[in-house]
Amino acid sequence: MLLIRNGRVLDPASKTDAAVDVLLDGERISKVGANLSAPGAEILDAKGLIVAPGFIDLHCHLREPGQELSETIETGTKAAARGGFTAVCCMPNTHPVNDNASVTRGIVERAAEVGAVRVWPIGAASMESKGEALAEIAAMKSAGIVAVSDDGKPVATARLMRQVMDYCNSLDLPVIDHCEDPSLFAGGVMREGPQSLRLGLQGIPAQSESICAGRDVEVASITGARLHIAHMSTRGSLEYVRWARKQGLRVTCEVTPHHFTLTDEDVRYDSNYKMNPPLASRSDRDALIAGLADGSVDAIATDHAPHHPASKDVEFDRAPFGIIGFETALALGLAELVHTGKLSLMRLVELFTTGPARVLGIERKITAGEPADLTLFSTDLEWTFHAADSPSKSRNTPFDGRAFRGAPMAAIVAGRVAYRR
Amino acid sequence: MLQRLSHLLGTEVLSHEQILFLLDQAKPFQEFQRHPLKKLATLRGKTVAIAFFESSTRTRISFTTAAARLGADTMALQAESSSLKKGESLIDTVRTLEAMRPDGIVIRHASSGAPAFVAERLEIPVLNAGDGTHEHPTQALLDALTIRDRKGKLEDWNVTILGDILHSRVARSNIHLLSKFGTRITLCGPAMWVPRALENLAPNLRVTHRIEEALEGADVVMVLRVQTERIHEPALAADEYIAGYQLTPARLRLARPDALVLHPGPIVRGLEIDSAVADGPQSGVLEQVTNGLAVRMALLYHLIGGAPTDAPHPAKDRSNASD
Repeated sequence: MLLIRNGRVLDPASKTDAAVDVLLDGERISKVGANLSAPGAEILDAKGLIVAPGFIDLHCHLREPGQELSETIETGTKAAARGGFTAVCCMPNTHPVNDNASVTRGIVERAAEVGAVRVWPIGAASMESKGEALAEIAAMKSAGIVAVSDDGKPVATARLMRQVMDYCNSLDLPVIDHCEDPSLFAGGVMREGPQSLRLGLQGIPAQSESICAGRDVEVASITGARLHIAHMSTRGSLEYVRWARKQGLRVTCEVTPHHFTLTDEDVRYDSNYKMNPPLASRSDRDALIAGLADGSVDAIATDHAPHHPASKDVEFDRAPFGIIGFETALALGLAELVHTGKLSLMRLVELFTTGPARVLGIERKITAGEPADLTLFSTDLEWTFHAADSPSKSRNTPFDGRAFRGAPMAAIVAGRVAYRR
Repeated sequence: MLQRLSHLLGTEVLSHEQILFLLDQAKPFQEFQRHPLKKLATLRGKTVAIAFFESSTRTRISFTTAAARLGADTMALQAESSSLKKGESLIDTVRTLEAMRPDGIVIRHASSGAPAFVAERLEIPVLNAGDGTHEHPTQALLDALTIRDRKGKLEDWNVTILGDILHSRVARSNIHLLSKFGTRITLCGPAMWVPRALENLAPNLRVTHRIEEALEGADVVMVLRVQTERIHEPALAADEYIAGYQLTPARLRLARPDALVLHPGPIVRGLEIDSAVADGPQSGVLEQVTNGLAVRMALLYHLIGGAPTDAPHPAKDRSNASD
């Protein structure tokens, strides 16, 4: 038994914000209340800390199988635990692609052996994510996938999207799309705008994303399936999501910490500023923050995308897209959204917990009988992020050396302390 | 006091004073090109690495000749023969060159920002000889020298740049340099190569897609080569470009009578410029080439020679002659 005492419990599901204790018994929460006592229980003093439901990351790349030079399930989940995450959804663009049950089972088994936090795989929508034949989605669901996506690329055509959605609807799985129009993307490396013109870097117009988001919500209106827009970065895409919801469609979306923190004006000839979707204009960034505040955005997801240092230490246009993100996600949320007064602390917690849970069709709450997954964090601890200290195998982040106020303090997964600061 | 340069990465980061200093330093080297014995000992014992990761003839020859005339040795790396073909990264390649102890490195690369990337990682001065669609600062400096010579001053002209601005590093370097001297710049070319958003690059910049409007009142007309190798969009038919944007004698008459015509080369006669204009009295094309040598000598002297900014000029110091 583990008794978490003296903390401030923030539970978005029940709108609880109270100084109560939480008693864990094995893998479940057994009691929530004021001044609990449990003789013999291990005590975790959470004085001055927030006690929240376990954080869920809807979008990460653990690179196993196949790209273990950049990350493994072991190193990636350790970094996730340090970020306060208790469950992470890993994208299928591994080698081989997670497009069949044997790859899914391999990930699930490896995670059970070495994973510091829960690993919920996302299966490919199409075989090898090539945009042709459907992947073995039902078999992967039996093996443990929680959603499908051809992430890294959009689901290739509206027709394929329709088939994937119809099929996933019957299996009650959400379809996650990486929205991008390949012909407008056209080899671009950053957001098109004054800064791309100045740097002489090939630009990607914002509409490359929103055209595809528009296509997807239209297909969702044919199928009625659950659609989730990954790493949304533009005002245009957000407007399509809002429109879809007004029609009663089951459309959700996520935003990454780097997209609500940085803009294209921050881009330099440093591949740590190269990600896909690229950093957006200031106006799009502000629209995303408004969406995070007003409920239009469902989740903050990291898109943790490790690349080993040699692959990133190259010319900007030759570097792969993506940055690591687990350990800075909460601190950036606090710095950019809560300390600035744009979001309440409860809303931020929702974006890491009940929001992503709702996308996956599950619940997340601090109530007796629920899984004992909890995230403890401080809103005012001062610390500096050093990428060199990360358990991740990669160091690709623009936030190396950034000073923060507020940090993850513990991640508790199935009643076990996976990380304690 | 003049801020000493540690690298030449672009004209955007150069100050007004630094540009004038470099142009002044280039002046005696211009005269020097007419000497029968074109060799100084100023950089004797120094080595300049000339690393061209993208093919080029004129800029490479110009830098190599500039180094030779200053007495420096050069070591050359060319994309076709380099280990890049064997998969070596840029950073490993330049670190290998640096280990042979050159005193500076001249880089041309197809990736925008490659010289800046290298400069952050090496100890020696880096000279940008053209990076992707970003900058080509020595071209802008030699253009400025040519304008100052031919028109008597650099300030307050109306300069029109014609062609594929979007993909032109020459245009960017000229825009940044000239805008520091009160120049009113007009960018003109087919609309997909001259987006309106370019107007944000510098003050006093305007975009028009009508060549007549662009040329009216121009004191200097810069014609760019149509860079087919850098164009991602479907190409425009050559006839369409010629009809809309070729600089012809008739169109040049819309500019001021004494307008100067510049072209960074290589010229594709009959495409972006009519031969009568390229070879006409208003053309400064061949002076640009000679001035390129002078500017590059001034830069190598300043960056690699390490002389104080008030030292006697080597091209005027007769004792400096070699052999």
